[in-house]
Amino acid sequence: MAPLEHYLILSAVLFSLGVVGVVVRRNAIVVILCIELMMNGANLAFVAYGRFLDSMAGQMIVFFVMAVAAAEAAIGLAIVVLIYRNRESTDLDEINLLKL
Amino acid sequence: MEIYFFYMFAGGMIITSLLMVTRANVIHAALLLVLTFFFLAGVFVLAGAEFLAAVQILLYAGGIMVLYLFSIMLMNVEVAVRMRQWHRQGVVVFVAVVLLGLQIWAVLGEVEFAAPKQWEWSLGATPGNVEAIGAVLYTKFLFPFEVASVLLLAAMIGAIVLAKRRIER
Amino acid sequence: MDMALEVAVAAIKIFIVVNVVQLVVAYMIYVERKVIAHAQLRLGPMRVGWHGLLQPIADGLKLFLKEDIVPDKADRIVFVLAPVMVLVPALVVYAVLPFSATFYITQINIGLFFVLAISSLGVFGVVMAGWASNSKYSLLGALRSAAQMLSYEIFLGFSVIGPLMLAGSLNLQEIVHAQRDVWFVFYQPVAFIVFFVAALAETNRAPFDLPEAETELVAGFHTEYSGMKFAFFFLAEYASMMVISTIGIVLFFGGWEGPDFIPLPGFVWYCLKLGAFMFVFIWLRATLPRYRYDQLMRVGWKFMFPLVMLNIFLTGFLKYLFL
Repeated sequence: MAPLEHYLILSAVLFSLGVVGVVVRRNAIVVILCIELMMNGANLAFVAYGRFLDSMAGQMIVFFVMAVAAAEAAIGLAIVVLIYRNRESTDLDEINLLKL
Repeated sequence: MEIYFFYMFAGGMIITSLLMVTRANVIHAALLLVLTFFFLAGVFVLAGAEFLAAVQILLYAGGIMVLYLFSIMLMNVEVAVRMRQWHRQGVVVFVAVVLLGLQIWAVLGEVEFAAPKQWEWSLGATPGNVEAIGAVLYTKFLFPFEVASVLLLAAMIGAIVLAKRRIER
Repeated sequence: MDMALEVAVAAIKIFIVVNVVQLVVAYMIYVERKVIAHAQLRLGPMRVGWHGLLQPIADGLKLFLKEDIVPDKADRIVFVLAPVMVLVPALVVYAVLPFSATFYITQINIGLFFVLAISSLGVFGVVMAGWASNSKYSLLGALRSAAQMLSYEIFLGFSVIGPLMLAGSLNLQEIVHAQRDVWFVFYQPVAFIVFFVAALAETNRAPFDLPEAETELVAGFHTEYSGMKFAFFFLAEYASMMVISTIGIVLFFGGWEGPDFIPLPGFVWYCLKLGAFMFVFIWLRATLPRYRYDQLMRVGWKFMFPLVMLNIFLTGFLKYLFL
């Protein structure tokens, strides 16, 4: 059984990598993918805490985070597809005007 | 034995997510993210959450990621590969994120726990993880569960409204 | 020492199952050709061996020696990985399938859920193959396939809930034990019909073989594949047909157990039921024309989805009242 520390380090690494992607990348789809990665980093911390506190709540929250992730994927992709239809591009630097 | 599996999954996860953040081709990034989810499912199993591990694969890998691939295939990937991939402030971001990661770890590690009571780890155990989850989900967490269903319905309608083409009258 | 022994036994079992499955799959293709040929009053393969019995081996040899072409504009890594991604999930699922009361590789408490999760990954290989080939037909096949498999996975998942409620377990062995008296197909006929239609669509079999419709898409996602890579797609298709048949047998037809008055070993019962299932798959292919794409989606979402929801509701209601 790996100690709690290791789970938390892994979770922090995943979350940070996700943040790097969100801040640095210019492709809208990669940014959404990186948001998924951040969510999964958080999920891992929840599961690890739940396991070490011997509580079901950690796993429950992950369950709801997954529901939110599914909703977010659907809406995010719909927006990106819409932008692509209008602009022929998914470059975030070209869609920073808050209008089409 | 378990700890080696944990390091294997953790190492795989870090490598694949690093690659995923740096790939220029969106399809490669999405496929690498699927691999990351796989390793994460492995870690979930080791943490005694086998139901979540199965949901992770079924929902994330088998559902959400297919949706991503489906949308990516509707677009022209070649053009996106040739464009500049990174914002210019890359180095600053890198330093800031390393600091952020350290902070997260420091805050998370702040909490002190008694060592968990040693339990036998087994996938064949009864009553399993599924029963425990079901018992909690439909009693204590019933309200969040219903809210989640409303959220999904809203997302579904929103996505349809956003993505449908206007019909010419 | 104990651990090493356990691992060794598991490894031997995996070796046996994987190899037997591949051999059976090769002969499934032979059986399919023969059955369809006789359905159409032809003879089918007759030349290699007695009534063409060695035909699968000759075919395998041919595919093995054939030139392996990777198209010039294809994405090499994804192109090579795609057939592997199709075949591996189809074989991994065999880890939890019960073949008889004593012969299985392992049993886990999320058994059925594991099967659904892993077999939902097959669609990745198809999508990867379609995209990496860099060909219009392949891409169209992959897009169709992704939409079809995602939709029908939902009906497949919902149709197994009825039997699960009756059995009260996700463990495949326990589901079989729960059917010692009455097979669940008698309690859950609607669920079984939905399950079977969804199974046909999940495995891309006729009448739902739109992703590979040879008359319009020239074989769809595997147009550009040849040699062993092509053979992988074939193996995967039949392996996943056997997986889904086994799940059907376990959930609705009492697994390896048969009626008491015919004393046959469990494994023989399993093989008989599997054979019957596979024969129905082939029979349907010989009989039914292909669905159109919009018809496929309409049947799924407007007919099967309400039906299966109603079935879950009724099952819960009746179980609460009478059991």
